[in-house]
Amino acid sequence: MVGFDSSDDAAVYRVNDSTAMIATVDFFPPIVDDPFQFGQVAAANALSDVWAMGGAPRIAMNLLTFPSCLPLDAVQGILAGGYDKVMEAGAVIVGGHSIEDKEPKYGLCVMGFARPQEILTNDGAQVGDILVTTKPLGTGILSTAAKAGLLSQGEFDEMLAIMTTLNKKAQEAMLPVRPTACTDITGFGLLGHVQEMAKGCGHTVELWAGAVPIVPKALELARDGIIPGGAYNNMSYLGDDVAIDSGVPLERSDVLYDPQTAGGLLIAVPEARAQTLLQRLRDLGVPGAAIGRVLPRDSYMVRVKPGTM
Amino acid sequence: MNQVDARGYSCPEPVLMTKNALKSGTPLVVLVDNMTPVQNITRFASNAGYKVSHKAVGDDFEITIDK
Repeated sequence: MVGFDSSDDAAVYRVNDSTAMIATVDFFPPIVDDPFQFGQVAAANALSDVWAMGGAPRIAMNLLTFPSCLPLDAVQGILAGGYDKVMEAGAVIVGGHSIEDKEPKYGLCVMGFARPQEILTNDGAQVGDILVTTKPLGTGILSTAAKAGLLSQGEFDEMLAIMTTLNKKAQEAMLPVRPTACTDITGFGLLGHVQEMAKGCGHTVELWAGAVPIVPKALELARDGIIPGGAYNNMSYLGDDVAIDSGVPLERSDVLYDPQTAGGLLIAVPEARAQTLLQRLRDLGVPGAAIGRVLPRDSYMVRVKPGTM
Repeated sequence: MNQVDARGYSCPEPVLMTKNALKSGTPLVVLVDNMTPVQNITRFASNAGYKVSHKAVGDDFEITIDK
């Protein structure tokens, strides 16, 4: 049903008329020092694609590389962190594979299921839809700062909480509201994933920069030039597809390009149901925010305005 | 002239090295080997009230920071 020809989060295979299987894989090197926390972040990130496609994760398999000098308890810590989040997701780890490598890397291959008619892709947004996010931005900048010890314990904990929060509840809030499109915000940054959504549906997305939830410390760090190379890669890759109004402060637009690890969902929903979605997110303790809307296609795929709508 | 060679370092190190070197005054010249530290150092220094310019020198970049 979904494969290489779209830029969706996972592959979807129709098993029969009532069941579609969603398959995805994701792994990366440590972005935090603590093995258990790294395992949790990697698992939250890998599981997310299944929720973004409208499914429920059921089976996961570990992928692990580690240098022979890595202590056994670090390896066990990573796997325990992954196990913790897979359990929380309601899935089970059924195996995996590990090989020796110079650098540790961890992630999972995750399979989930949905009814075929409930599969969500990133290309279905309609003119008039409202876009909603479910986590604050800034984890790429914050983890760059963390590498150099520039975060207080409280700031680090806030970053970690964002990256280890599963998108399960956000999806639970979203499904009954029947969104038109969904994806999760990861390496391409908010603007990269918004551009994919705009490209896929053939319309233009107007983003309200002032309405996008951002961790305040990330804005401060952006002003100080603590921005990962990936943000600049996203900027040059997106180029003229994105028009940013000159009234948007530079540090704010920088964060909109910031690559996220285990970011939140980006949901398109008809305007008439947007308030219901925001209320459902609030009820489940998810920080949802309306950040833009879909307009008829003009000369740009994405327009970023200052202000909150 | 005050000079910092931040080639071979990845972010955020070049910014932190620049910040540290600015304590000894301006003008400061910073050498880096890709555009990410150029953009990061430009953001940091201009937000801190300095004048910043850069030019390509071979495969590297030379950033000049002054009051």
